[in-house]
Amino acid sequence: MKIRKAYSSAIHPSEITPKHVYLSRRDFLKAMGVFGTGAVLAACSPRGAYLPPQEAVNSPMGDETPTDEVNTLEEITHYNNFYEFTTDKQQVATLAKDFKTWPWEVEVYGLCHQPRTFGLEDLLKMAPQEERIYRLRCVEAWSMVIPWNGFPLSTLLEKVEPLSSAKFVRFETLYDPESMPGQKNRLYPWPYQEGLRLDEAMHPLTILATGIYGEALTPQNGAPIRLVVPWKYGFKSIKTIVKIELVDEQPATLWSTIAPHEYGFYANVNPKVNHPRWSQASERRIGESGRRRTLMFNGYAEEVAHLYAGMDLAKYY
Amino acid sequence: MRNPGSNSLSRILIHLGAWLPLLRTLLDSLTNNLSINPIQDIEQRFGRAAITLLVITLACTPLNTVLHWQLPRKYRRTLGLYAYLYAVLHVTVFVFLDYALDISLMLQDVGTKRYVIVGAIVFILLSTLALTSFDYWKKRLGKNWKRLHRWIYLISPLAVLHFAWARKGNLFQLQGDILLPLAYAVVVALLLALRVPKVRSAIQSQYYKMRA
Repeated sequence: MKIRKAYSSAIHPSEITPKHVYLSRRDFLKAMGVFGTGAVLAACSPRGAYLPPQEAVNSPMGDETPTDEVNTLEEITHYNNFYEFTTDKQQVATLAKDFKTWPWEVEVYGLCHQPRTFGLEDLLKMAPQEERIYRLRCVEAWSMVIPWNGFPLSTLLEKVEPLSSAKFVRFETLYDPESMPGQKNRLYPWPYQEGLRLDEAMHPLTILATGIYGEALTPQNGAPIRLVVPWKYGFKSIKTIVKIELVDEQPATLWSTIAPHEYGFYANVNPKVNHPRWSQASERRIGESGRRRTLMFNGYAEEVAHLYAGMDLAKYY
Repeated sequence: MRNPGSNSLSRILIHLGAWLPLLRTLLDSLTNNLSINPIQDIEQRFGRAAITLLVITLACTPLNTVLHWQLPRKYRRTLGLYAYLYAVLHVTVFVFLDYALDISLMLQDVGTKRYVIVGAIVFILLSTLALTSFDYWKKRLGKNWKRLHRWIYLISPLAVLHFAWARKGNLFQLQGDILLPLAYAVVVALLLALRVPKVRSAIQSQYYKMRA
């Protein structure tokens, strides 16, 4: 059994990542020739048909990450909740293996001045690809630490110039039961939809991710482009996005449609708001044997608590 | 008995089959073939083995009364105790590995999660049946023994409910990750229905018509 020792004490959000933890990993990847330099990466890519992320830029957020150990690529790519393929977390990688992520387009439309359809190549060039090491807390009470590569969602939204009437952003995953066999399951109201309030979407922690560990996202992790909102439960971070719509009303989301008492629209990580199924007070970090206490806003309270000032978080869960 | 030799062979097969989930789990632990979330994996494997054996146990009596098959009835207690063994393993993993004996955290969850509450009720009832399953208690309790062991008719659907509630989705609205719990629910419902005299005699006469 592969179990690393748990940190004994709770982590404080402002603690700084010991750089050697991920730097050593990065150096290793660099030595392997798969990190940073695009030419090498493109040559290594089995699919060959995507643009590599640019040289990683250390973002201002990089230092806000916890002391936690970053999960391995094996862990990140072989334990996936992606019901579009299957409900079996271990099988997603196999079923998603041949999923085509190129060419790819993301339609950004709705209440904005400049609606536009972006090719993946435009999105990859839109902003420098930053490395963001974020905790990911799944509503099922497990968590990981993932070194994403991506850029702020706000960069994209600014390009289309939202109207003042735009209050929310609605995201949609590709609907293609031929390539995503799980979508043949009629027990779910496909396509997957998610949403954010506009201020949440514009928050600098919210990113569109296109890579992990300096490599392109694997299909099981939401290739070619997905949302990452680190202070919310994982299901908010919608994968394999094809549509982004600016709207004036709170959009429906897949999980809150199926089980509104279990999954709210906000879905902020909150150890005080109970879930009928999983413990939200504690979590298991993948790779550790014990349980950790879950942190308010997944440890990003300093950055995001002001977004919810005066709101009853037990009511707006 | 259709064939005298089948007794010992079926005996070996039943015992082997019952130990298989445990042996496979041990093997997978040693060879690193559990999931990336190994504690949850073990916990769920034992849970699935327990509920599967429980359903098989529940099938023993109808197989006997409807089909007049002798063998299942003889192994009813054995299978029931195996189901309980896996229930014990399931709970042990929950208490000692999943929650690592963190009593405060555990109480918080046991008190607030409906699937844990139902699971705990199932475990307590099942423990009572397992402990009183031996001949000593059967003699001592007399008529009450049968009454007590009829609780299995409540335990089985509750175990399915525990399983369904532990998954994402809604069994009653037929939405979400409910296919497997639904399959168990259908089988349990069928096995319970076969205990209703009218249903049983209807199926019996149908069965004899087919054989005739």
